[in-house]
Amino acid sequence: MSETILKIDHLQKQFDSHVILKDVSLSVKKGEVIVIIGPSGCGKSTFLRCINGLEDIQSGDILLENRSIVGNTTQIQKERQRIGMVFQSYDLFPHKTVLDNVTLAPRKVQKRDKAEVEKEGLQLLDRVGLASKQNAYPRQLSGGQKQRVAIVRALAMHPEILLFDEVTAALDPEMVHEVLETMLELARSGNTMLIVTHEMSFARAVADRIVFLDEGGIVEEGTPEEFFEHPKTDRAKKFLASFEYHR
Amino acid sequence: MDLMGIELLFKGQNFLRILGGLWVSVRISLISVAISIGLGLLVGALMTLRRPVVRAITRVYLEIVRIMPQMVLLFIVYFGTTRAFGIHMEAELAAIIVFVFWGTAEMGDLVRSALISIPKHQYESAKALGLSRAQTYRYIILPQTLRRLLPLSINLITRMIKTTSLVMMVGIVEVLKVTQQIIEANRRTSPNAAFGMFAVVFVIYFLVCWPISMLSKKLEKRWSE
Repeated sequence: MSETILKIDHLQKQFDSHVILKDVSLSVKKGEVIVIIGPSGCGKSTFLRCINGLEDIQSGDILLENRSIVGNTTQIQKERQRIGMVFQSYDLFPHKTVLDNVTLAPRKVQKRDKAEVEKEGLQLLDRVGLASKQNAYPRQLSGGQKQRVAIVRALAMHPEILLFDEVTAALDPEMVHEVLETMLELARSGNTMLIVTHEMSFARAVADRIVFLDEGGIVEEGTPEEFFEHPKTDRAKKFLASFEYHR
Repeated sequence: MDLMGIELLFKGQNFLRILGGLWVSVRISLISVAISIGLGLLVGALMTLRRPVVRAITRVYLEIVRIMPQMVLLFIVYFGTTRAFGIHMEAELAAIIVFVFWGTAEMGDLVRSALISIPKHQYESAKALGLSRAQTYRYIILPQTLRRLLPLSINLITRMIKTTSLVMMVGIVEVLKVTQQIIEANRRTSPNAAFGMFAVVFVIYFLVCWPISMLSKKLEKRWSE
């Protein structure tokens, strides 16, 4: 059995007195793909944002290979570079070309050599079929292309864990597929991934484990087969039923 | 033939004198804009702070500048200070002070709006990539802010050049004043010169401001997004 790389321990998050996440614990093994699903407002996005330090937490701990990454010291920020994140709204840097978007952080944060980083950036872009767009600006790309560049930008930092926060939610339906294919490919090649999504068939295909979050807590978790075929809790059943249509 | 006085342009040193006056106008506005951009960056950054006191002060400052005619400010600084405090100030210095007072408020507001128009997600994705705060500002936020700012501040230059026509009221001999002097001096021989010569001034202002305005449009287009 492979080792645990990320451990979330009794995490509690609240905005003022409003509790968003209560006592959430989750262990992620190296190479594991976990899909987090749940109704809107259940705290799934906030959960990812806490892991990446974009939100502070009120209690509990987040451990990356047994070392806490809660807090804002330089050392912790450095540790956090091992976690990459892709957002719903792609958020490429509009004043930089595709290649510059990809190479900026490896060069400035990791101080790597420009030629080497550009070579790798091009290979990564090629992998998602966008090498020809290296000199384009984000505004010249479609939503799906932007999102694939955003994924490449995260990959260029060689993260050990990738977080995906509803990355297809802002895309036109015909662009969703190309982005999900890219993510499936990443999952196949052994990346550790935490994915928040509303695409149920994708969740089923990509996940090693499904985590069902509702009202700020983990209600149920299991393999995709267990969860989708035999949900144990009423809340999960009700949630899954909301995706079905009958006449 | 009646040239409405335009022939005066070619009489003696007149043309050179007008160009000299023009240079005074351009010099005052360039110096003022340069200082205003520097101070405006500072004021604009202050305006984005969530400190009520700082907000109130900058707000009042902005309103004063908007409401008060520049000429009144100019008279206060030039004539007012001489009487009240016994300071004798060069007219050009007084003009620059007023223009900077005005320009800083305008720039500050532009900087503020440029800064807050950068989406929160730009900060977040920079942070998620591991960029430090300083790096985020240097590589992500400031370049985008400046791109939004440059066309607007160029616009401010043209507005300042136009407004320099006021400074003749405190005795600065700029392009409009020179022209007036030329017209006065030739009142007998060319009684219609006011029309022709002021038309010349109009063309001169246009020739100076139009290219600047075009440049600003071009930059705005190139950097739109």
